[in-house]
Amino acid sequence: MAWIDCPNCGSRPTEEFRFGGELPIVPDSVVGEEARNIDYVWFFNNTDGPMVERWFHDAGCRRWLTQTRNTLTDRV
Amino acid sequence: MNEFVETLLDLPWQDPRDVKRAYDVIIIGGGGHGLATAYYLATRHGITNVAIIEKNYIGSGNTGRNTTIIRSNYGIPESNRFYQHSLEMYQGLEEETGCWIMHATKGIMWMAHTETGMRAERARSLVNQAMGTETYFIDGAEGKAICPQLDITGGGRYPMRGGSYHPGGATARHDRVAWAYAQGALRNGVHILQNTEVTALTKDANGAVNGVMTPQGTISAPMVMSAVGGRVTQIANMAGARLPIRTHPLQAFVTNGYAQEFSNIVASTELLFYVSQTARGQMLMGAEFDPQPTYSTQTSVEMLQSVSTKASFMLPFLRNLRIMRQWTGICDVSADFSPIMGATGVDGLCVTTGWGTWGFKAIPAGGEAMAEYIANGKPSALIAPFALSRFAADHPMADQGSTGTR
Repeated sequence: MAWIDCPNCGSRPTEEFRFGGELPIVPDSVVGEEARNIDYVWFFNNTDGPMVERWFHDAGCRRWLTQTRNTLTDRV
Repeated sequence: MNEFVETLLDLPWQDPRDVKRAYDVIIIGGGGHGLATAYYLATRHGITNVAIIEKNYIGSGNTGRNTTIIRSNYGIPESNRFYQHSLEMYQGLEEETGCWIMHATKGIMWMAHTETGMRAERARSLVNQAMGTETYFIDGAEGKAICPQLDITGGGRYPMRGGSYHPGGATARHDRVAWAYAQGALRNGVHILQNTEVTALTKDANGAVNGVMTPQGTISAPMVMSAVGGRVTQIANMAGARLPIRTHPLQAFVTNGYAQEFSNIVASTELLFYVSQTARGQMLMGAEFDPQPTYSTQTSVEMLQSVSTKASFMLPFLRNLRIMRQWTGICDVSADFSPIMGATGVDGLCVTTGWGTWGFKAIPAGGEAMAEYIANGKPSALIAPFALSRFAADHPMADQGSTGTR
């Protein structure tokens, strides 16, 4: 993935962005408030396929964006 | 044919069709950690009814893709103790397995280019010395004496202010390590099933894992261990276990041969590159893993540009060499940059993961500790701090600074 589509700046090279991690979505299989909090803070879905993630346009508009990227092919 | 290959061919290799229906222990993943665990289960604990299930061929994952550095200059006492034990086990591994693994003690130098970097290397040296590991805080001139090819002005751009020197740093041939353990395990009756992919885990009425499903059928065992690399999350998902693991790609490359001797391993945690010379004379270089998780093993031109530029500022002779090959492995990186060994929260399934980009140096100690865990049912004092439960207790073993270079 060499380019990212920024809603403010258009298509820009990946080096301008900082990776902000996957959206911390706790699955329904984790039950109990304590367990869900621990899961939210520490654990990852680490999906092999489409992953919803956050990027920060560090060297551009300095706004966060959310995009879905396929982690098997590294294509948006 | 060379003698070593003949020895390998003489071993009792299993055809995937020879598989038994039940074993005492199943190990998923035939890389260094899986093979070492099987070897120590058989030799130290007499548990030989063991199957290693490998999707591809042994050592085909990260064991065959890493840059073979063995060191113990970690920044926190628990890690330092563990990796020092592993480094010492590597020194005796040829004698123990009877296999030549091309182990060579070279010494590793970590350069620092800023005041912050100097402070980190000084702290590392002091922690290491307190734990009985040889690591010295050095200045630029001492760095030049250790590695004569070094330009300590960094081409005027990245001056080396100092760093730390760890004389115990070593390298070994990675696939020979895998073969040494495989050979020992096979001779003791362990089954190695190559080209066999685990498609699901089976569970009993109480929800405990009691076997694996493969295209060759279901194989059962009261204890299943995952020694899987980048795809460990998918194995955990089969059992419903949650892991603090992200899968990042790590790239490395080699140049053509450099005629002179380059006798140390030189690294910079701030510029994010490391350089060593292989037994063939090629210069082997690597970098930090890519920031975003990916399961793809694509390589990138950006990595080649960034690493070769920075490395040639410090080591100008590299400009005369050509890049021969580049490759990628997918690494299981844990949330706190330390390994995770032991229980998963699901009965019948244990795990050795979070080896990120620092797994090769831990193969002997990791295998020995997991064999002990499986045989005794509880972790030894050496690996107790690395239990998965540390995250729920909010006690991470944060040591990212020691992983900057592999």
